[in-house]
Amino acid sequence: MDISVENDTAPPTPLPAPARPGDSARGATRPGDRIFLALSRGSGVFLLLLMAAIAVFLSLRAASAIGKDEANFFTTFEWNPTGDPPAFGIAVLAFGTVVSSVIALAIAVPVSVGIALFLTHYAPRRLGGPIAYVIDLLAAVPSIVYGLWGALVLVPHLGGLYAWLDEYLGWTGVFEWNGGAPRALFTVGILLAIMILPIITNVSREIFRQVPRTHEEAALALGATRWEVVRMAVLPYGRSGVVSASMLGLGRALGETMAVAMVLSPTFDIQASLLDPGGGTFAQNIASKFNEATTDGRDALIASGLVLFVITLLVNGTARLIIERRKEFSGANA
Amino acid sequence: MSRTSVPARRPAGLKAATLPKWFPWAVAAGSVALGLGISTAAGLDSGIQWALIAALLFVAGSYGISARLEGRRQAKDRVATSLIWVAFLLAVVPLASLVYETVRRGTKVLDGHFLTHSMGVVADTETGGGIYHALLGTLEQVGIATAIAVPIGVLTAIYLVEYGRGRLAKAITFFVDVMTGIPSIVAGLFVLSLWIVVLGMGYSGFAGSMALAILMLPVVVRSTEEMLKLVPNELREASLALGVPKWRTILKVVLPTSVGGITTGVMLAVARITGETAPLLLLVWVTNFINANPFQDPQASLPVYIYLQYANSGGSGAAYDRAWAGALVLIAFIMILNLVARGIARWKAPQAGR
Repeated sequence: MDISVENDTAPPTPLPAPARPGDSARGATRPGDRIFLALSRGSGVFLLLLMAAIAVFLSLRAASAIGKDEANFFTTFEWNPTGDPPAFGIAVLAFGTVVSSVIALAIAVPVSVGIALFLTHYAPRRLGGPIAYVIDLLAAVPSIVYGLWGALVLVPHLGGLYAWLDEYLGWTGVFEWNGGAPRALFTVGILLAIMILPIITNVSREIFRQVPRTHEEAALALGATRWEVVRMAVLPYGRSGVVSASMLGLGRALGETMAVAMVLSPTFDIQASLLDPGGGTFAQNIASKFNEATTDGRDALIASGLVLFVITLLVNGTARLIIERRKEFSGANA
Repeated sequence: MSRTSVPARRPAGLKAATLPKWFPWAVAAGSVALGLGISTAAGLDSGIQWALIAALLFVAGSYGISARLEGRRQAKDRVATSLIWVAFLLAVVPLASLVYETVRRGTKVLDGHFLTHSMGVVADTETGGGIYHALLGTLEQVGIATAIAVPIGVLTAIYLVEYGRGRLAKAITFFVDVMTGIPSIVAGLFVLSLWIVVLGMGYSGFAGSMALAILMLPVVVRSTEEMLKLVPNELREASLALGVPKWRTILKVVLPTSVGGITTGVMLAVARITGETAPLLLLVWVTNFINANPFQDPQASLPVYIYLQYANSGGSGAAYDRAWAGALVLIAFIMILNLVARGIARWKAPQAGR
């Protein structure tokens, strides 16, 4: 405004003209443009509404279930939503879900980081490509097939290992084994580890591939061995990426349903030993109890599903935020 | 044995002692033999144990020998290398076993009869029967889910790439990412509480399709978004400069350029939801009969079929065989989708970068 007042001899308003085309190109003046923008924005908004609806509807059913619950929803070791009075709680499920996922992570993260390093820094070039491809394909194997394999192949093979663990580590109480079929939380942990391996490996591999070559070459030039290059250049650079990859894997392990339901023989109590059959997880409990559930029973299961939803939302949200922050960081670096 | 080939002396200057190339292989062979020996001597029956023992021996052996002959830093490097190889083998063994067992046990009953008959009059423990009803159900349910998810997903991606700026677009991007991690059973519970509990509809293939669509949406949005971002801006500008309206630019220039990549993304998303079991179990229920109408009454589907054959088998071999054969068909279907999708991606790739 000031400029045009000062230069009143200049041609009228030449300056704002080039600044506007952006507006007119974006501005939905034509009916076709307006409809198309409305459609695509509508889809985006629909997606947000869907997320909100998931939260709202689950909460509604859950609230009605928890309202009828005569026991404490968080601390009760019992699942009897149709009893008189109805009493159910998620303590056992929370314990089983957390324990099996932690076991899965404890096994899967070191192994996946190892494979990712193998693919990016150790494998012969000719081997690296096909292996990465196979791991991609394995990520697509459905959980029901993992469940079938776990129940019919893995479980019979674990007896020997469990007897061995019982003999040498049984004194801890955690690795005690009474000789029953090894359909226990530890077995679930092993199976979940195998299932989340591909995703953690894939994300870690991407991160390790982005390590600046100059960092590695600098370390090599100083006489570092290959392991020292990995420890001093690759791992520090990839640490946050590995953390978020693990959290994505954790999110998947927490919500896994069918494989757990097929491998575990559930009981509704918490026991010290991880090798004895028993325990349960949120998702497994929903799938196994749904058959016999009445309306109240269904609402109780939905309540436990809501807890699972909130937990996975937190885990995945955190993982995404870490990745997001990393992206900005590495973008500034590039 | 390595002692004879390499003189054991401290590294002097730049010329450090190095072990020969075959050293890791020799240690590996030695530790496998020793591991087998120990486990037969101790009467351990499980294959997992001798493999673990052999792996431990390998790591300890290569560290010990290398530390004596090459120095500590080299030894650490060798341990790290062997650990990484062990990690790789540890992961490959179960995955290879999964594929091997599925193929070996699945091919027992897989034939034309199996693909074209249902379980209608076959008891769970009898031999015979097939997966026709399940194949039909899976194709219909996945087809409907795709028909719901693809338009919404592609339009959302178009909004994010072509129009989206500001807080709305950021929120959508974030929630799409978060949605990717929703457990399938939670999606199932949501449709259950909305469609079946609140609206009072019955179990049907369509209810299952809605849950599958929820699981598919974020994958479609993500992959389409990536593909649209690859379309060069010059194409859009050229079209806009000719006076073509923006919506026609998107429909006639941007989408055709990226259609290969979008197809790939959609096929990968289809592959992902085809194996989903939990939501279908909650929403479609189960049946052994052919039901071609996805909008009414329970329908079968391949993943649920596998689960039923496993769960209702009562330990009978016939049902387990059918479960494995179903699993083989499911894996084959998903792998073919994956391979075709990747083929399209490779075939169309140069166009996206032009």
